[in-house]
Amino acid sequence: MTGPRRLPNGGRIDRSRVLSFCFDGRRYTGYPGDTLASALLANGVRLVGRSFKYHRPRGVMTAGAEEPNALVLLEPGRFAEPNLRATEIELYDGLVAESVNRWPSLRVDLGAAAGLASGLFVAGFYYKTFMWPPSWWNRVYAPVIRRMAGLARAPSEPDPELYEHRHVHCDILVVGAGPAGIAAAHAAAASGAHVILADERPRPGGTLLDGPAWVGDEEGAAWAERMLAEMSAQVLPRSTAFGYYDHNFVALAERLTEGLSPAERGGRPRQRVWHIRARRVALATGAHERPLVFPGNDRPGVMLAGAVSAYIHRYAVLPGGRAVFLAGDDSVYAAAREFARHGGEVAALVDLRTDSAAEANGLLVLRGAVPLRTFGRGAVTGIEVEVNGTRRRIACDMVAMGGGWNPAVHLFSQSRGTLRWDDESRMFVPGLSAQAERSVGAAGGRFDLEGCIAQGAEAGVTFACELGFEASALSATPAAPAAQPGVLPVPPKSQDKAFVDFQNDVTAADVALARREGMQSVEHLKRWTTLGMATDQGKTSNINGLALMATGLGRPPAEVGHTTFRPPYTPVTFGALAGRHVGALADPVCRTPMQDWHETAGAVFEPVGQWLRARYYPQLGENMREAVARECRAVREGAGILDASTLGKIDIRGSDAAEFLNRIYVNGWKTLGVGRCRYGLMLGEDGMVFDDGVTTRIGEHRYLMTTTSGNAAAVLEWLETWLQTEWPTLRVYCTSVTEQWGTITVSGPQARALVEPLVEDIDLDPAAFPFMSMREGWIGGAPGRIFRIAFTGELSYELNLPWRQALPVWQRLVEAGAVPYGTEAMHVLRAEKGFIVVGHETDGTVTPVDLGMERMVSSRKDFIGRRSLARPDCLRPDRKQLVGLLPEDPLEVLQEGAQILEAPRAAAPVPMLGHVTSSYWSAAMERGFALALVRGGRSRHGDQVWASATTGDSLVRIVDPVFYDPEGTRLDG
Amino acid sequence: MMRIECPWCGGRDETEFHYGGEAHIMRPENPDALSDEAWADYLFMRANPKGVHAERWMHAQGCRRWFNVLRHTVSHEVVAVYPMGTPRPDLPETGA
Repeated sequence: MTGPRRLPNGGRIDRSRVLSFCFDGRRYTGYPGDTLASALLANGVRLVGRSFKYHRPRGVMTAGAEEPNALVLLEPGRFAEPNLRATEIELYDGLVAESVNRWPSLRVDLGAAAGLASGLFVAGFYYKTFMWPPSWWNRVYAPVIRRMAGLARAPSEPDPELYEHRHVHCDILVVGAGPAGIAAAHAAAASGAHVILADERPRPGGTLLDGPAWVGDEEGAAWAERMLAEMSAQVLPRSTAFGYYDHNFVALAERLTEGLSPAERGGRPRQRVWHIRARRVALATGAHERPLVFPGNDRPGVMLAGAVSAYIHRYAVLPGGRAVFLAGDDSVYAAAREFARHGGEVAALVDLRTDSAAEANGLLVLRGAVPLRTFGRGAVTGIEVEVNGTRRRIACDMVAMGGGWNPAVHLFSQSRGTLRWDDESRMFVPGLSAQAERSVGAAGGRFDLEGCIAQGAEAGVTFACELGFEASALSATPAAPAAQPGVLPVPPKSQDKAFVDFQNDVTAADVALARREGMQSVEHLKRWTTLGMATDQGKTSNINGLALMATGLGRPPAEVGHTTFRPPYTPVTFGALAGRHVGALADPVCRTPMQDWHETAGAVFEPVGQWLRARYYPQLGENMREAVARECRAVREGAGILDASTLGKIDIRGSDAAEFLNRIYVNGWKTLGVGRCRYGLMLGEDGMVFDDGVTTRIGEHRYLMTTTSGNAAAVLEWLETWLQTEWPTLRVYCTSVTEQWGTITVSGPQARALVEPLVEDIDLDPAAFPFMSMREGWIGGAPGRIFRIAFTGELSYELNLPWRQALPVWQRLVEAGAVPYGTEAMHVLRAEKGFIVVGHETDGTVTPVDLGMERMVSSRKDFIGRRSLARPDCLRPDRKQLVGLLPEDPLEVLQEGAQILEAPRAAAPVPMLGHVTSSYWSAAMERGFALALVRGGRSRHGDQVWASATTGDSLVRIVDPVFYDPEGTRLDG
Repeated sequence: MMRIECPWCGGRDETEFHYGGEAHIMRPENPDALSDEAWADYLFMRANPKGVHAERWMHAQGCRRWFNVLRHTVSHEVVAVYPMGTPRPDLPETGA
């Protein structure tokens, strides 16, 4: 026997094997088929957690996904999963779980003192208290509140488990394998349609397993098994549909190793997320029982009546010995009968109504009663009720409550179907559908078993017919029996806490206070009190909360409405959402032909678009600044080589290519000769710089465009967009050739000497091969191109080689004495020349004029963005303009992003003049320098301003942005 | 997630497509002839209807072709898919 509360017979558990598990350091036993919650209840464990704000003791309240109290951390350590519901965790041998939000332990919890100071924690407390002094928030209030409140700690170690995704299309998806769902799937699958039947529990059957149920003369569970065996539907147990998105796209989380210890999981994925596109969806998601709102309703031992019946029938666990049943609807009578039939003592059946005709089977029934409070330190030991003006105290060790049922309309509402308040049954039921779905059974507000099954089958047949399958006609669903509405909560009179939201510790008094403080809408109520914002998203609390609100406002619930149901239905672990897109697969890295070489050389990398580019190559003992300075000197004094393979390269062909470039770039292209290169600037239609690069005419009707490394895909799409949507008659074709050409830039006064031995058929003499031109020929035995373009200001040859033949050339250059330099040195060298980098000196608000490139802008043609340059805002004289900055302290390197101010300590609001866009140490000048965008900066050369950053304020002088070789004397070596 | 019928590749998930904003906005023939207001209208002003919206989509992870879509902005129903350069198709009045 596994615990004192286990019944000798029955239950859907395997008694042939005993499992041992550990909760909060104590050992217990259970059976396969148990959940952690049922095994704890069988062992008489009542206290399973502490509440979020007040640290009140809490016990298991439900038997399913809606559980607000029994949250645990499963398997502390590498396999940890925080905040799982004990009511859903399938027991396995060796399971280890810990309760959450208790400190130092569950029994002795210092945080319970928060209950004493609960006046501080009323609705909206974080908007009202802990405000002063402001500096205390980060240092005192937040750390203390975060220690006191909250749930399980997030795991600190990497998750060792695998997760995967699957994408499927099906004809009909049925969510929920209770009687209605099984009937729907059975009927639909019989037509030959591809049907998926998903259910969150390990075993299909739904409420048929929760109590005595008969389908005709067949026992409910046997009926379910037979139907499942007969149907050809794909059945997914342990699969929670957590999101219903546009166009019948439903996401499911399937738990593949549930009920297995980490050792038994054997490398299987822990979870699989299904992305299902269904032509039709049947929502058979059942209903959740509504708790009653009365003082002390959160004491361990207070449970939902339906859960009591479920524990008896699913797990053979009698959760109490002597119970009081609080009935807000007739289904509580059935639970009480089951409890009594299985040996429990029903101290009283307390009915909040006066008019129920339900069969009590000889149990003591008190009608028209009001529960006033519960007693007990820890678990419940009694309850006080008022009947006909007299108060009665009844001793008990369990209170089973039920205020009626709420259809689980979460997925329906996520599908953007609108809910309708049904006054007769006092519940929100699905109203207008927005997608091709249907709610059946309790999810649709239908609670009689015969009706549920008929409705499910009807949906299955209807769907099949709509999709063109042949399905047999069915007899119509019988008319629904008269509604048996439950009760909605009324504000309790007592001062004791009556909980509405158990997980977020929101009480009826909080709801009333929020209303008095002016929260008129349920969305305000939700945010002011945090009602329904816990991990259970208010499955047991939302309707009670808004009903209390409606009562307080004196308006019907239909008018007050409901808050938005959002995915996920139950929390989904991040690992499952990520699937296999983790580690190296999280974001693929593009590799250049020289990537291995850079790695071997010990390069430090930086991400640029999808690339990881070598930033610098530190030699033994060098820090970054020393390495970059050495690389810069090598280029200025000898020769360096840069892996520029990442530059975007687009092959543009066609008889209208020149015309196309004319429209895309600010400058003119019709006069560019074959073999000549030109720097081009591209704007958005708003006139702002979008990209830049050198484009070369490599044939009569053929150009090679280069783009910035991170922008290659965006530029290609930009070109394609204009060609396809605006100028479809232009004969132009664009092809990305970025990864066809490995690119090596050789730069420095010695560049020619280094390249010369590699080429046979290209004359490198500057007279024969001038700046901004291109030659084709053999380079190191491979057919390639050489471009005489320079980003450093030095004599440069940019070698383009077939991708796979670039590395040998690179190696030969290194052997010949070329010094590899990384992107950081490249940035220093280009900034010394005042060359911009898109994304550094531009941010989508910078025009060519702002950058001082107005002479490039053609006035003889139209181009994208041209008209915008004449907009009044682009003509303002005080626009931010590109300037150079020299710190008055030459040893200082300014922080990039530092704000430019007229004075360092002006009264707020301080006028912001601009900001530092690039800042480096220059080896050539032996001082720090920067580029910046400054208001009206071009007319302020020589002025002193301040650069203000988190590191302090620095006095700087505005200068021309070209710092090095302004005459360009070094271009030819 | 929407499912969009690419005219060349067939139905695909929304994640394969790039959105291109409102359709049928012609680039002015002679931008210089436009007032600042008229240019700003072309540049910035877009329809934001509650109802059927004509918009451009591109099958970025497929054929990379742009096409037009009529989409209902409330229901997200894709009402029609039609080629670039063709006029917006007439729809029968619907109550949606």
